[in-house]
Amino acid sequence: MSKEWPLWEVFIRSQHGLAHKHVGSLHAPDAGMAVNNARDVYTRRNEGVSIWVVRAADIVASSPSDKGALFEPSNSKVYRHPTFFPMPEEVKNL
Amino acid sequence: MYAQMVETGLKNVRSAEDMGEQERAFQARIDAGVKIEAKDWMPDAYRKTLIRQISQHAHSEIVGQLPEGNWVTRAPTLKRKSILLAKIQDEAGHGLYLYSAAETLGVSRDELLAALHSGKAKYSSIFNYPTLSWADMGAIGWLVDGSAIINQIPLCRCSYGPYARAMIRVCKEESFHARQGYDIMMSLAKGTPAQKAMAQDALNRWWWPSLMMFGPSDAESVNSAQSAQWRIKLFSNDELRQRMVDQTVPQIEYLGLTVPDPDLKFNAETGHYEFGAIDWSEFHNVLKGNGPCNRERLRTRVKAYEDGQWFRDALVAYADKQAVAKAAA
Repeated sequence: MSKEWPLWEVFIRSQHGLAHKHVGSLHAPDAGMAVNNARDVYTRRNEGVSIWVVRAADIVASSPSDKGALFEPSNSKVYRHPTFFPMPEEVKNL
Repeated sequence: MYAQMVETGLKNVRSAEDMGEQERAFQARIDAGVKIEAKDWMPDAYRKTLIRQISQHAHSEIVGQLPEGNWVTRAPTLKRKSILLAKIQDEAGHGLYLYSAAETLGVSRDELLAALHSGKAKYSSIFNYPTLSWADMGAIGWLVDGSAIINQIPLCRCSYGPYARAMIRVCKEESFHARQGYDIMMSLAKGTPAQKAMAQDALNRWWWPSLMMFGPSDAESVNSAQSAQWRIKLFSNDELRQRMVDQTVPQIEYLGLTVPDPDLKFNAETGHYEFGAIDWSEFHNVLKGNGPCNRERLRTRVKAYEDGQWFRDALVAYADKQAVAKAAA
């Protein structure tokens, strides 16, 4: 009766105030076991205060071939960075 | 090295003329130090070689729990027992990180485990030696995990993103393993003459197999040259082995133990230790399945997996039942 357990992606919040960060993945039969396993696999040394698990199949990802269309337009918009605007030495707090 | 003699399936190192446009772009990214990610295009041989290398590494972590499991119930103190358990749990974790990394290349967990359990997949030769005394727990942590660290630190910079990230996690945890091993050796070396003799005996038995872990000289190997070009192997076996000897000999001297190699001597000119010839027939014999514990390790591993089947089935039955109930609600 054995069937492969679904894959879960694991996200850990390392400290209060920081965002959850992807740390890896694991297999588990259901969400509850995925959290339990994530505790054992990814937080053996106090790495976290909170765990999210998401079925890998439910994640929608951009494709590497879309990289140009998605990210190139922002290359030409350097004015979005504050360093685009040089400020005179004597002007402070900007 | 936890992955030994990984085949690339290629007869010659790929040259720019052999490559199509896609492969040239792929190689250019690697040369520029850009990580390859799971969904990126990659040559079939790169994918297959990585699956072999990462899964062999993962299997080594899993089988590597068995020699140490032998001493959990006989650890000398509760503290040593807790530490040993924590180390073994780490090895299981390392196996899981690595299986996950291998799976990003399109192979399933069940396929990987089936290959291990059928004896088709290899794992490191080192785990086919017996653990005869408590001192072996010290020697393994210190020498075996020590060798693994030397091999794994460069892999944190390898070209395949998921593998590199798994290696970073593994390396962070592995230093604890090496130190707890050396701590055991220090206690024994400072103990009674019988305890010190036990430490020396463990060193005698683990020294050469630890040096063999790096695999035979691969200066002439097409597989290694190709893996180097793909940046999934960053140093030659001999370079890594030399590093191991150079850093370990002073540690042995500190313990007041003797290196079991009459030919060992320091070369002041090169700054490196020269060491005696390694018995590669022993290595090849262990790799072929004829080491002291090959059959026992595999048998124990398969039994553990089969004995856990009812539990895994129960978890699936429960998950299915809950899913049905949720759908009906």
